[in-house]
Amino acid sequence: MFETLILMLDATMRVSTPLIFAALAGLYSERAGIVDIGLEGKILGSAFAAAAGAAVFGSAWIGLCFGIMASVSLAMIHGFACITHRGDHIVSGVAINTIVAGLTVTLSMDWFGMGGQTPALTGDARFLDITFPFADALESVPVIGSIYSNLLSGHNILVYLAFAMVPVTYWVIYKTRFGLRLRAVGENPHAVDTAGISVAFIRYRALIVCGILCGLAGAYLSTAHNAGFLKDMSAGKGYMALAALIFGKWRPVPVLLACLLFGFLDAVAVRMQGVEIPGIGEVPVQAIEVLPYVLTVLLLAGFIGKAVGPKAVGRPYVKERA
Amino acid sequence: MPYAIELRDISKRFGAVQANKDICLQVPAGTVHGIIGENGAGKSTLMSIIYGFYEADTGHIEVDGKQVDIRSSQDAINAGIGMVHQHFMLVENFSVLENVILGAEGGALLKNGIDTARIELQRLAHEYSLDIDVDAIVEDLPVGLQQRVEILKALYRGARILILDEPTGVLTPQEADHLFRILKALKDQGVTVLLITHKLREIMASTDNVSVMRQGEMVAHRETAQTSKEELAELMVGKKVRLTVDKDEAQPSEVLLSAQNLSQFDSQGVKRLKNVSLELRAGEILGIAGVSGNGQSELLNVLSGIVPMDEGEIHFAGQVMTAKAPKDAAQMRDLKMAHVPEDRHKMGLVTGFEAYEAAVLGYHNSPAYNGKILMDRKTMLDECNERMAAWDVRPPNPHLKTANFSGGNQQKIVIAREVEQNPDVLLIGQPTRGVDIGAIENIHEQIVKLRDAGKAILLVSVELDEIMALSDRIIVMFDGAVVGELDAKDADERTLGLMMANAYNEEQGEEQEGVSA
Repeated sequence: MFETLILMLDATMRVSTPLIFAALAGLYSERAGIVDIGLEGKILGSAFAAAAGAAVFGSAWIGLCFGIMASVSLAMIHGFACITHRGDHIVSGVAINTIVAGLTVTLSMDWFGMGGQTPALTGDARFLDITFPFADALESVPVIGSIYSNLLSGHNILVYLAFAMVPVTYWVIYKTRFGLRLRAVGENPHAVDTAGISVAFIRYRALIVCGILCGLAGAYLSTAHNAGFLKDMSAGKGYMALAALIFGKWRPVPVLLACLLFGFLDAVAVRMQGVEIPGIGEVPVQAIEVLPYVLTVLLLAGFIGKAVGPKAVGRPYVKERA
Repeated sequence: MPYAIELRDISKRFGAVQANKDICLQVPAGTVHGIIGENGAGKSTLMSIIYGFYEADTGHIEVDGKQVDIRSSQDAINAGIGMVHQHFMLVENFSVLENVILGAEGGALLKNGIDTARIELQRLAHEYSLDIDVDAIVEDLPVGLQQRVEILKALYRGARILILDEPTGVLTPQEADHLFRILKALKDQGVTVLLITHKLREIMASTDNVSVMRQGEMVAHRETAQTSKEELAELMVGKKVRLTVDKDEAQPSEVLLSAQNLSQFDSQGVKRLKNVSLELRAGEILGIAGVSGNGQSELLNVLSGIVPMDEGEIHFAGQVMTAKAPKDAAQMRDLKMAHVPEDRHKMGLVTGFEAYEAAVLGYHNSPAYNGKILMDRKTMLDECNERMAAWDVRPPNPHLKTANFSGGNQQKIVIAREVEQNPDVLLIGQPTRGVDIGAIENIHEQIVKLRDAGKAILLVSVELDEIMALSDRIIVMFDGAVVGELDAKDADERTLGLMMANAYNEEQGEEQEGVSA
């Protein structure tokens, strides 16, 4: 039973990682006042670019760079539409998602001719799992050994980075000048403007950070969690991250917990496949996969109270009396 | 001695509109300088140029005798100019400290900036009697204190010239008096204050010099001690204006509308209207005084049927409306209740509509405007032309979009629409908000005329002068409840002001204690 739990938590960490990256990406963007429904597209775009880069150059790190570049570029397109041209954030985000879904498959067919996939990645072209020192030796120690060796040890570097990003984000958002301005610009951009700070510049910087984090999420999917790019491999993770962001009320630590909860439900769903529950029978996997979404709706509606986002989110900034 | 700030030949044009034309202004250091003018006279544009929101087309600005190039708010701040905006530029869910240091954090990390600001704010609080809890969240503070945060923000950035744009619009008279004491303290410390307002009383009470703007031009400079309200009003409008309303004693007769224990909750479950009861008689104007946001809007919404009440009942036109059996705005209108909403842009007009279309809103189903299938455009246009002539709406063009009329003319279109239906009861909210002095006179006359015709009028206004000039009876609201009622003859600014701050009874108590001691 304990071993099963450890295995499930282990799976939770792996599944949560892209959610954490993406939800934090959304946090930077939305805290700065930019609605980012395009998380999904950025993840997918990065997954493709990372896999393609890694396949061609044989290095996961080079792949990661490509992934981040792709994702940041998409974020800048979003910024150009929403910040510079004051376009509708949702329309721009949906456009990005749609374009990326088509473009990744088309490009990969043209470049690799493998029916929309990239070549399978091996060796250094993937992020490999890191084994902590003494992990093997300690594995036999009851409870602690198992937690150390099986749960904490044995993930790739991106998993650890995702978890590390949570305190980093907390620190950036609440303890730095950039964070103060970022929060202010999402609440009342006029206040920022009259304080002599450029609203557009802060929002662009927030989107760059958002792009980098989505890049990490995408690269994780194609070069760490899997070994190559598959059509539509982001599979709604961007939307799930958005749900986690709302669930966590746009705050780093609650967002992490929401991602872990969603990840855990996902891990349960995998484990429940084909399992007979006494009295109920076999639970369809879809029923469990839908849980994170149902849960978000229910909890927001009933238990958590109103999720109040940044006040100026989604509203283009226009100078008063212009 | 050079002037603290000097403007030379500032001009600014927006498309076809000349917002500022060859403006010259000299403000001696350490004085309070008033700038007065009607809405649209170009005061705000001028201040926006000084604060770096806009760049002037021509002309230049000198600060302390040196020419400065102000292209952004940052440039203005660097030149020692601070601004307190009409709508506060505060991040509501930030603490006072965070708001103050925003843009002047003093480094990439916040820690140092916060510590410095905490000490500096203590010094400022002491020097200018601007006490405030620096760790309080701004949205929890009353408006008067929020404004104080704005002032502190400017001073923290080292402002030596402070611009205040219509600072008293949201304050009670007592809060406003406090503000003027603060301005006095600032002046004594050598700060130069530019006070933008359209309220003559404030100019007379608190400035050393005053400049008058009209239609984008600076038309006069006066020493405040050498001028009068009447002269300033005339300079603002360009013709003689009467500042008082002529009206005879009211002849109230039967009760047309009565409300008992009206309560209303907002979507968050907060009680916004608390057991309000009132009676409105034919031939009287009942004024509802109160600082903006104390339940007046909710009262208007409930009485007019826009929002159903949650408790209580309304008796009107022989019918009883309750929470279980409410009537909506259209039904109330059919019972001959007219409503001029507080916010003409949001509720009174569809600003994209042409004037003749806006002039039938709410009555658009009336047979008078409708043929069998289509609306009767000719009748609507004819009627609109007639009304525009009768109410002196300018320009008298029924095809002009309502958005393109000035505030006063938009308001005339709304009031004409409601009044011309010959209602028994007229609810009227903020009748002269954003309306020029000339048009105010006209609107006030019409309201009194309607009263004399035996109609019942409920007037909601945050302008005390207006309440006192028009009302026959005054009810004061605070925090959603009625806290006082008095005959207009017994009302003075101080009493009303205290009631509006819900401090009247306390003060009475203190005075009595003082007597007995």
